[in-house]
Amino acid sequence: MGKTIAEKILGKHAGKETAAGEIVMADVDFIMSVDGNRPLSIQVFREMGGKSLFDPKKFALVIDHAPSSPTPTVANTLKLVRQFARQQGCILYEAGEGSCHQLLPERGHVLPGDLVIGTDSHTCTYGALNVFSTGVGVSDAAAAMISGKLWFKVPETIRFVLKGRLPAGVYAKDLILHLIGSVTADGATYKAAEYVGEAISNLSMDGRLTISNMAVEMGAKAGLMEADEKTLAWLKGRSSRPFEPVVSDPDAKFADVLEYDVSKLTPQVALPHRVDNVVPVEEVLGKPIQQANIVACTNSRLEDLEIAASILSGRRVHPEVRLYVVPASRPVQMEALRRGILQTLLEAGGILGVPGCDACSGGSHFGVAADGDHVITTANRNFRGRVANPEAFIYLASPATVAASALEGNIADCRKYVR
Amino acid sequence: MRLKGKAHIFGNDVNTDDIIASKYKSSTTDMLEMSKYLMGNIDPDFVRRIAPGDFIVAGSNFGCGSSRETAPRVIKLAGLSAVLAKGFARIFFRNAINVGLPVVECDTGDIEDGDELEVDLTAGLVRNITRGTQVKVAPLPAVMLELLSDGGLSEHFKKHGTFHLQSIDEGK
Repeated sequence: MGKTIAEKILGKHAGKETAAGEIVMADVDFIMSVDGNRPLSIQVFREMGGKSLFDPKKFALVIDHAPSSPTPTVANTLKLVRQFARQQGCILYEAGEGSCHQLLPERGHVLPGDLVIGTDSHTCTYGALNVFSTGVGVSDAAAAMISGKLWFKVPETIRFVLKGRLPAGVYAKDLILHLIGSVTADGATYKAAEYVGEAISNLSMDGRLTISNMAVEMGAKAGLMEADEKTLAWLKGRSSRPFEPVVSDPDAKFADVLEYDVSKLTPQVALPHRVDNVVPVEEVLGKPIQQANIVACTNSRLEDLEIAASILSGRRVHPEVRLYVVPASRPVQMEALRRGILQTLLEAGGILGVPGCDACSGGSHFGVAADGDHVITTANRNFRGRVANPEAFIYLASPATVAASALEGNIADCRKYVR
Repeated sequence: MRLKGKAHIFGNDVNTDDIIASKYKSSTTDMLEMSKYLMGNIDPDFVRRIAPGDFIVAGSNFGCGSSRETAPRVIKLAGLSAVLAKGFARIFFRNAINVGLPVVECDTGDIEDGDELEVDLTAGLVRNITRGTQVKVAPLPAVMLELLSDGGLSEHFKKHGTFHLQSIDEGK
């Protein structure tokens, strides 16, 4: 009987053959934990009696959720993170280095065929690199920090076969929003999602990471892709660790196989307050907005900033709109600086945040919206209160749609700005 | 194990920002203090209406969203004894068991706000005392029952120093 990517990766790390539905104890390749957890994983690690990490080279702490240290309470929490990293000799990404989900792939910590956990629900992002990665709570993380292991229920897989080529002005974000709208917010709960087909092969790695990042918004445990020549080229020079990409067998058993033709897709928008409340942009054109965010581990990579800059170049955002720009990481920020992308965005009126979760997680205290404000963002969640004010309304869209909307002061069709 | 209390009804897709908004962590690290803001974004009076032992009763996809373990922790600290729902988001479900909060997957459609419930975790039954009805509970995997009986994952590790789960065949 053939196996899925999920069954193969979990089986390999459990040291035995597995099939969907089984519960296995598996060795993890890497653990990531962020400053945003309460309690912190490092506190639960101590509470559990943890003395030293199973392997400090396989554990990274990332300060990304509140990088600007907005209050004394947060500052003291960040101090604990730094002290732990110093004591244990683990990897530490300081405030300003970027979002964990950009850093782990960028710095070569996660490689095809790996099993990875992180204390952030969007840990599924690395699925774009053929990694089985999933979000866990701090207790699960602490248990793995001590033992190097964690138990997993081997998930069934829903395979999304994505045919055709995305039209101009329609991006990875529009595609994943459309899929989430189609299967709903719990359509893949307890399952792994696997994204294959021409539409995925045609995407850059930046675009693929956007898709896998949002797998959890359909309830999925992982958002897996195959590793192709683009993946291998992207990984070149990032790590010297050997790795083994994994594909699903032709006779693997899937919970469902869903086919989509993406060639007629239009820009998509998720309306407040649900990620699966997705409509084509045509249905919300003209809705006034007061804030536009090009931010988050979903959509603030170089390609995203470049697309936004191409629309905003030589223009100025609408006088009643605040445009926040938060590059995914310091390397992304530096490259955007070198290429003049940041200059374009700032000349257009952009307000720059610290690389990380600024203006996405309410805990960042950056770009908090006012009562009644309508915010269009490239982030992955539009839950009530997500930007720290439950009286605001959040819309999710692609960087191009957000940039076009920032110019016009209302939700706009980016396609008129795209050559 | 039998739990008794009143039902407090919520809808589908109650997310972790609804359960505990991330803005509160900037002013306190005390979980008990945070538990005063349970459901603050969607029902600011909720914590004043609940009595110790009461239940949150919800529809599908309860606890979707972030991986914050704060969510089940503040539910437990607020004095609630369990969450009953048609379905749970998977990270929340795991986190709840890890912190020793019973999560009960069952048909909640006929339970109304204020109904007196008795949850029998051993027998896998929810009895609606007000209405004289009962529904079956989807059984927990053996591994979760082991962790719950230890009082959660922290307690399990305190006791054994590492994973010590009879129900998992490690196969190597």
